[in-house]
Amino acid sequence: MYGKKVKLRIFFFSIIFLAILLTTFLILKSLEENVVYFISPSDVKVLPELSKKKIRIGGMVKKDSIETNAKEILFIITDYKSEIKVSFSGSIPNLFAEEKGVVAEGFLKDRNYFTAKKILAKHDENYMPPEVKKALESKK
Amino acid sequence: MIFNHIGYYSLVFGFFISLYLLFFSMFLYLKGKLNNQLNLNIYYFSSLQLFLVILSFISLIISFILSDFSNETVYYNSHTTKPLFYKIAGTWGNHEGSLLLWLLVLTLFIFIFILKSNNQPKLYRLLSIFFQQIIITGFFLFLLITSNPFNYLFPIPIEGLGLNPILQDPALVIHPPILYLGYVGSSIIFSSSLAALIENNFSKIWAKHIKNWVFVSWIFLTLGILLGSIWAYYELGWGGFWFWDPVENVSLMPWFSLTALLHTISVLEKRQLLKSWTIILSISTFSLSMSGTFLVRSGILNSVHTFANDPERGVFILTFLFILIFLAVFIFFFFSKNIVNLNEKNFYWLSKDSSIIINNWFMMYFLSVVLIGTIYPIFLEVITSDKISIGPPFFNKLIVPFLIPFLLIMSFGPKLKWIKDRFNKLELDKIFFFVISILISVLIYEKLGQKNLLITILIFASIYLFLISLIELIKSRNNLSQKLSHFGFSLLILSILFNGLFSKEFSSNMKIGDQIEFDNKLIKFKNVESKKGSNYNSIIASFVIEDENKRISKFFPEIRIYNQPNIMTSEADIKTSIFQDKFFVINFLKNENYFNVRYQVKSFMIWIWISTLLIVLGGLIGLVRKIK
Repeated sequence: MYGKKVKLRIFFFSIIFLAILLTTFLILKSLEENVVYFISPSDVKVLPELSKKKIRIGGMVKKDSIETNAKEILFIITDYKSEIKVSFSGSIPNLFAEEKGVVAEGFLKDRNYFTAKKILAKHDENYMPPEVKKALESKK
Repeated sequence: MIFNHIGYYSLVFGFFISLYLLFFSMFLYLKGKLNNQLNLNIYYFSSLQLFLVILSFISLIISFILSDFSNETVYYNSHTTKPLFYKIAGTWGNHEGSLLLWLLVLTLFIFIFILKSNNQPKLYRLLSIFFQQIIITGFFLFLLITSNPFNYLFPIPIEGLGLNPILQDPALVIHPPILYLGYVGSSIIFSSSLAALIENNFSKIWAKHIKNWVFVSWIFLTLGILLGSIWAYYELGWGGFWFWDPVENVSLMPWFSLTALLHTISVLEKRQLLKSWTIILSISTFSLSMSGTFLVRSGILNSVHTFANDPERGVFILTFLFILIFLAVFIFFFFSKNIVNLNEKNFYWLSKDSSIIINNWFMMYFLSVVLIGTIYPIFLEVITSDKISIGPPFFNKLIVPFLIPFLLIMSFGPKLKWIKDRFNKLELDKIFFFVISILISVLIYEKLGQKNLLITILIFASIYLFLISLIELIKSRNNLSQKLSHFGFSLLILSILFNGLFSKEFSSNMKIGDQIEFDNKLIKFKNVESKKGSNYNSIIASFVIEDENKRISKFFPEIRIYNQPNIMTSEADIKTSIFQDKFFVINFLKNENYFNVRYQVKSFMIWIWISTLLIVLGGLIGLVRKIK
């Protein structure tokens, strides 16, 4: 038989091992549930199926597309290949303007219509979502 | 013009001095011990190096003050109409200048280290200087090669491009320097732990001496994070204090690691235990601080507040970081056989030692959650090119439940004795507090419409810790620093919980003359008027909120349109009181008639700041008492 000390050690290590296993499991499970995918308007057009999960759509706010009424703000996000209509009610960040980059978080209604729950802020007026940058560069 | 030259050449000269110090300290180390005095040249050259970096930094400040647009950095980040205060602050509001500030703090800290480590063995000091100079040399190279703050522009532009207005804010003027003091402090801990490892210098005196540095960087790091949070709260107009944004997370990760170290170092000091663990924490704190800078600067992070930036610089920091970590891990494995923990057999579960180890486990758990949540998106993008983000629910779900045992252990851990304690009979006052905490949390549970058992238990745990630590604080002044920080922490968790539970928010688009009902109050949009500021025009709206008893309060949120660069910012009107902040912010919409209006009642907001300040104050008292 093993001595008391060795037994204690084995016990100790198995507890640590279990704790690590449990943590990994928890983290992975939580990751699966809370991931938000970021896609561009062009991606929306080619999605195999529309998911009910929350997503982010990034692109530029199309020129002359913002419309406002008391309840909501309507605008179009474009990546200069495809575009998608967005409706949003809530507060907008400072740098939200036409022909500037924007990231909207919310749910797809269909392939042409997106209901945003949140418009995300950008710190920098020159910032562009990477997809848009690529799309713009390939246009040139 | 001339300052450009002075700044640049003092950097170049400073670089050669760091090379000299690098080789000279190694040379002296290899030569071994002749006497216990540090070679005077080390003093001279370190002070010269510090002087040169200060000179370079001052030249950059002067270039900013004089609006010398022949300097590229000034051209991109300043403008003649900017107020003097922000011209100066613009010096470190950009990449090049902030790195120069990093370097300044690095050289300042090694200089203080040399002055303050007289009681340490000479060989250990030489090695610490050597490692620190490796880091300093790296930063000199980084500045000179990829981010020279003194690049020439010709022909000289007449006007600069201006500083991003959201950075023109008092909190953001001091936020980066304070945060850097925290980050850079960890470099000293890194260098000297490696030196101590090689020299096997884990004496009580070493622990005491390095503890000061741990305290210094912990205080600054905590304060730096707090300032960033305050700034985001009122300047970005988001009305929150933490968003689990990657840029925020990268400052929180070294904080967890450093906080673990702050506790562990006491075990090392008192019990001569956990030596390897101390080294690992020192290495990881520094690596996390460096990678924080790297991630923020490289543009790799898909953050909602990423600044436009240059990937090549990221590659340099990454390579440099990789070399440092490799060096550290190599040294660790090669020399860790030096470590002998004499007291290992005297280890009991019910003791202060083990409660600190449990604290460390929790810190490591929180750290890994934040780490995975922050880098998993990068990882996934590289492998599958899917772009994802991980939102607050992930962090809340994984951190909140674990806070309950954490807070409960915190309520008795600090009172345990070193080495071995035993279960005493239950004390009456503890049972009393226990019951009171349960009652209060049940009361809150009953009062709330939306019931959540987990939150209720968490409220119970934090109230319990709050009461226990408050009583401890009143009872005696021993260990004041620890008690104050723990008390502050319980207050912080409580304020965050109440803030989440009781805050209310309203947002809508409104025209002048509109009135909308919200939370039994009437919000009326009275009028707008325009005004001229020093480098912006502003539009000030006036709102009136009328409650059931016809009491009115007025709000004047503002939109500023800066002229250079042409950017709008919203200045929230915030009315702070003891129990709640009222936060009013408006934004332009394209249709000129409508304004985007947001009104928030944020409960216990001020207590989040106050409690964090208490935590910092605890650290400060600890440091002052130690130095005395």
